[in-house]
Amino acid sequence: MSLHLILFLAFGAVCVAGAINLLAQTHPINSALSLIAVMAALAGEYLLLGAEFVAAVQVIVYAGAIMVLFVFTIMLLNAGEEERTKGSRVAILFGVPGMLIGSTLLAWVVLRHSGTEAVPIGALPGDPKIIGQLLFHEFLLPFEITSVLILIAIMGAVVLASKPEAVQKKKEH
Amino acid sequence: MVPLSYYLVLGGILFACGVAGFLIKRNIITIFMSIELMLNGVNLSFVAFAAHWHQLAGQVFVFFVMVVAAAEAAVGLAIIIAVYRTRETLNVDQVNLLKL
Repeated sequence: MSLHLILFLAFGAVCVAGAINLLAQTHPINSALSLIAVMAALAGEYLLLGAEFVAAVQVIVYAGAIMVLFVFTIMLLNAGEEERTKGSRVAILFGVPGMLIGSTLLAWVVLRHSGTEAVPIGALPGDPKIIGQLLFHEFLLPFEITSVLILIAIMGAVVLASKPEAVQKKKEH
Repeated sequence: MVPLSYYLVLGGILFACGVAGFLIKRNIITIFMSIELMLNGVNLSFVAFAAHWHQLAGQVFVFFVMVVAAAEAAVGLAIIIAVYRTRETLNVDQVNLLKL
């Protein structure tokens, strides 16, 4: 067993454990922290695939910025334990076996029919320079469109999160 | 040396956990986090395919997915705050009307 495979299994175990913990926890702050663990472990997987820049962006943007936004919202709204609701019996009767059969079948097909050649470390340099050239030449139009999307998202977030005028007027009186 | 299929299976597991969380969870913030988990599973498949086919475009797509995820998180959390302000609850079972 090579070191590469051992590292893959270690990071993958952290990923799966974090994802299952996200489902098992009832308090949203615990779910958020396990999601951060999943994202950090995924950055390790990206490093194994030779995508250094993606790994760095994953830690900075995903585990950093986006999750801070989540944790901030949880604290702002003072979210407590969630109330569990009982699912329907049909869902348990058919859903669980269906999911197990479906996922086993999918994993079997993928493991059987995809190429078995391994991905060597450093085979594909995820160099920021090359990625930048690709981003600003081939993908220039999508890049500009996403910048417009970000601008619209900023304005939308400000409009949605600002207090409606009726509430403000009520407070003033 | 790790075969491509292992990465795909891991991405599939993460995506399945995200789908399960989206369906099972009742807290609107946790449902939102499940969506992020699904996006992460897809990103892993993208990077694995990029490494397998020696196409760096796969990594560029991951950036676009991250940008969309960031925009979605900002707008979605603003909507959650607006919902909480009018309903005073985060339970999706109690948010069943579009009007106030």
